[in-house]
Amino acid sequence: MSAAVETTPKAAPAAPSRASRSPAARLGAVALTLAIVLALWHLLTAVTGIISPARFPTPAEVGAALQQIAIEGYSNGRLHEHVLRSVLLVTMGFVVAATAGVLLGLAMGASRAVEAFVNPIFLVLRPIPPLAWIPLAIVWLGLGDAAKMMVIFVSAFVPSVINSYTGVRQIDKPIFEAAAMLDVKGLRYWREVLIPGALPSIFTGLRLSLQASWTTLVAAELVGAVTGLGQILNQAAQDIYPAMILVGMISVALCGWLMTVGLGWLEKRVMPWKALS
Amino acid sequence: MIAPPLAPARFWGLTAAGACSFLGLWSVAALVGLTSRDFLPAPWDVVQRFGQLLVQPFAGHVLQEHLLSSLRRFAMGFGLAVLVGIPLGLLMAWFKWIDRIVTPAFEAVRFVAPIAWVPFAALWFGTGIGGPVLIIFMGAFPPVLINTYRGAKQVDRKYIEASQMLGASAWRSMTEVLLPAAVPSIVAGLRISAGLGWQSLVGAELIVASSGVGYMMVKGQASVSTATVMCGMVAIGVVGLVIDVALRRVQQAIETRRGV
Repeated sequence: MSAAVETTPKAAPAAPSRASRSPAARLGAVALTLAIVLALWHLLTAVTGIISPARFPTPAEVGAALQQIAIEGYSNGRLHEHVLRSVLLVTMGFVVAATAGVLLGLAMGASRAVEAFVNPIFLVLRPIPPLAWIPLAIVWLGLGDAAKMMVIFVSAFVPSVINSYTGVRQIDKPIFEAAAMLDVKGLRYWREVLIPGALPSIFTGLRLSLQASWTTLVAAELVGAVTGLGQILNQAAQDIYPAMILVGMISVALCGWLMTVGLGWLEKRVMPWKALS
Repeated sequence: MIAPPLAPARFWGLTAAGACSFLGLWSVAALVGLTSRDFLPAPWDVVQRFGQLLVQPFAGHVLQEHLLSSLRRFAMGFGLAVLVGIPLGLLMAWFKWIDRIVTPAFEAVRFVAPIAWVPFAALWFGTGIGGPVLIIFMGAFPPVLINTYRGAKQVDRKYIEASQMLGASAWRSMTEVLLPAAVPSIVAGLRISAGLGWQSLVGAELIVASSGVGYMMVKGQASVSTATVMCGMVAIGVVGLVIDVALRRVQQAIETRRGV
């Protein structure tokens, strides 16, 4: 789908003034915003009851639900067990799929023959959204981890391939010409020309892959699982427990955010020249 | 050096070889008979099933009706995202205080996967139309908002100053300067958001719906009819592709008109 290829976002024009503020001031602004949101939320739900507590929980209820799941556990496990389980599954599936996807994408980019051979299969699989693989995975592999690994693999694989492929094709022609002139071949050609040249695009692909696999895992766990963050959501929906639903959603968002931040950190480590510019 | 494009004969030969080996491997796996054909249907079984689904109702409706009800939901969720996202993006670009309020809230909510709204969708709307629409909206909204905002922010200050000097109100500056200038960026955002919205719809229908292609797939899954599930995947893929191609046409038409 169109979301699979993302151009590098342009810097927001407002950025310089915000970046120049000191970290302490920024932290203060964040804390202030959070306090205002909490106060408003409390006012709307607990004090005035404009939003019925049956539809959206009060801050106090969410606190209690968080305490319950962190200490006693909820839906077959405590919070850290659910988080660990989901994060572990996504990491494993993502690493396998990304490795395979990036290699295939690079090969497709480097060789017209590989591209011509793989393209027809890819053209059929590419438009199918990752979430649509869930029923197939369940029919084939049941409700266990194997089905989730399959779904994560499929969702992470496609963006990795596409972006690695475009990454190779976007390398400037003079770089190839220089490599040819210096007779760079074989493994060295891959390691020193293709991979570094395609890296920015590869990382775009990895970011999209990670987001897709996280979303898909949550969806797969919502459909059926024993533990995991999606399972918290599922159980809370069945118990009509709005506070726990919110705890689940916040955990999903936080984990997704942390993983993206982690990948961003890796990107800077792998491409130091990009961090400077 | 990336080799020059292959000769047409070689290219089509390899393409055919790729397609054949995919279908061949699949057929062999199905015919060897390690598993039942319900579990792993052969390619022609899927084609046959597709024909059946077009005439015999499955899970209450024939395939066209499922598709239609999916598309109706999609149109509502996507339409809502556009109706809210474009004006809000323009307002954020024009009024700094709106930007300051909306951006942190938006950034926080954006990290919640659209599918994670399913429990609240069920709680707030039951099995009604609102649930899936909420989930599609959550998927489709962010790209519309971000691209409108970015597009409007990148408008040359000169134009805005000129319009203000000529006495244009905030409303006229927004609709007659910011909006037209942001159109290419907005349309690019619409393509991304249609893709995400369509995908979220499928997820929503897997869990909260009683019609639609996603629902048909869940029913197919429950009755271990792999062919039905595969037909659903193909239908979803094709419709998603059609939506994307249509929007790409719009994008190209706009770019040609502006001489980009």
